[in-house]
Amino acid sequence: MQLTRAGFLILLWLFVLAALRVVRSDLYAASGLRVSAPGFRRDKEKGRRGKAARQLVVTHGALAGTRISLEGRPILIGRADDSTLVLDDDYASTRHARLSLRGTDWYVEDLGSTNGTYLDRAKVTAPLRVPLGVPIRIGKTVIELRS
Amino acid sequence: MTTPVPTAGGSPGGASGPTSTAPNLQPPTRRNTELLLLAFAAFMVTLSLVLVEGNQEQAITMEVGYYGLAFLVLFGAAHLAVRRWAPYADPLILPCAALLNGLGLVMIHRIDLAKIESTLRRGKTVWEPEAPQQVVWTALGLVLFVAILLVVKNHRTLAKLGYTFGLAGLVALALPGILPAPLSRPVNGAKIWLQFGFASIQPGEFAKIMLMIFFASFLVAKRDLFTAAGRRFLGMDLPRARDLGPIIAAWLVSIGVLVLERDLGSSLLFFGIVLVMLYIATERAAWVVLGLSLFVGGCLVAYQLFSHVQIRVANWLHPLHDVYDKSLQVAQALFGLATGGLFGTGLGNGRPDLVPEAQTDYITAALGEELGFVGLAAILLLYGLLALRGLRSALAVRDSFGKLLGAGLSFAVCLQVFVVVGGVTTLIPVTGLTAPFLSKGGSSLLANYILIALLLRISDAARRPQPTSKPKRPPQPAIADQSTVMVERPS
Repeated sequence: MQLTRAGFLILLWLFVLAALRVVRSDLYAASGLRVSAPGFRRDKEKGRRGKAARQLVVTHGALAGTRISLEGRPILIGRADDSTLVLDDDYASTRHARLSLRGTDWYVEDLGSTNGTYLDRAKVTAPLRVPLGVPIRIGKTVIELRS
Repeated sequence: MTTPVPTAGGSPGGASGPTSTAPNLQPPTRRNTELLLLAFAAFMVTLSLVLVEGNQEQAITMEVGYYGLAFLVLFGAAHLAVRRWAPYADPLILPCAALLNGLGLVMIHRIDLAKIESTLRRGKTVWEPEAPQQVVWTALGLVLFVAILLVVKNHRTLAKLGYTFGLAGLVALALPGILPAPLSRPVNGAKIWLQFGFASIQPGEFAKIMLMIFFASFLVAKRDLFTAAGRRFLGMDLPRARDLGPIIAAWLVSIGVLVLERDLGSSLLFFGIVLVMLYIATERAAWVVLGLSLFVGGCLVAYQLFSHVQIRVANWLHPLHDVYDKSLQVAQALFGLATGGLFGTGLGNGRPDLVPEAQTDYITAALGEELGFVGLAAILLLYGLLALRGLRSALAVRDSFGKLLGAGLSFAVCLQVFVVVGGVTTLIPVTGLTAPFLSKGGSSLLANYILIALLLRISDAARRPQPTSKPKRPPQPAIADQSTVMVERPS
């Protein structure tokens, strides 16, 4: 009698704890995209190169705070629905800019946008290498790469 | 104590492999975690049913097992639909909803048993069980859940229908207040029901979701309007007076609901959601302060004008002032919770039927009595987890509309639970909302399954890897690092 009462409560809490374990397992993922535990990755990468860009962070604008983990695929930025970063910004074009990986470096190129893309203060006319932490300005949105 | 605790995402096969050099790594879908948790939930529900039947001295037959199995099959079907149409959706949302819904069903059945017994003893007409009806609603809710996953392939398509949803939501919200008596009969003072002979629905529950879709798309399109700086006052940027239109419109609607439909709960919920979505869209606390002062003003006026508001406030301040009539419900709920104490009386051992409407608005009091504080805390945590995962998906999704809608939907669950449980425990006046998934009530259940389906859709969009349009080039070293190779001219 008492056993079933306590047992049920324990099971109920076990369910909650099981759910919390799932929450914990992707606590460190910057966005929903990066899911593997970061511990493994950091150890492996340390040996090979010091600072590689691992994520793209939106620092200003409507989407501020959004992080996208970089996995080697090109990142499309613009108002089009299928962009990696979808902007709702009157100053951004449908297909505004692209970030792509060449070798170990990320390059930004403008895809013929109306208002242009700026790397720090320079207008992007040809593909430019993006160092870590340098702001890229697209309309009202500012993004940067971080390790 | 290592019962089925699923490991993180069923530890996906290739997750431990190299990552940055192998970008075609697929994130785990976590569907096996979801299935495991669903099975756990089905087990819990069956167990609780066994406990109820045992403690109520009913014969425990194989039938109980069949109910558990049917529960698992129903949610298994929903799980398969998620696997098929939203493979990267969040793995926790559906199991949490399933467990809450299952516990609610068991509690409604348990109250049925008590009511049947007490009506038999007093020689009245025998209480008609309400649990079977709720099971039908659950099945319908899951059908609707699958249908939404099937129809809404991408949540951004909803943004394009924003104004349509807004109009439909307003009509649905206003309908019961405007329609004449045979179609909308006041129940317990609130005029929020539409009667259709066989069933009655509460259109407000659906209006809530439609209006949230409208607000998300409206705020995304008109965000600048709300961030234009006005005068600075007490460290806050107050909006300009002419930008106040939308918030005043929302306030008028919520006051209209309060006056025409006499429904405090919907009014509070609606206005709360509007405020929070405005705050999320603009990040300006001024809107919340402004909205809250408007709301408090509205409440004070309503308190002066309406007797039903006065009664509720009196019941809140003095729950024991009229125990045999007006405050019977609040007082019995408090007595029930006190009887439950820390660990509860055990499922099927309490007297939750003493509280009027224990199966709808006061189901948390019934659960608190039989599961105690410990059990009720676990149930509240389940709601918290549900909202947490929704908010997390909203953070991770990459478009503003998805962010706003996801956050609004998750917050709606939180606010509703707060209003319900706060009312039952007399933290705030009772408002007459249903606890999502737990309470008896078809419309509420259907609407909440729609809400869950939308959240799963948003979380699927957030976690789904980006489709690669062109085939992967092998990574080549940077131009500067490439060595020069002498090639001999073919002669």
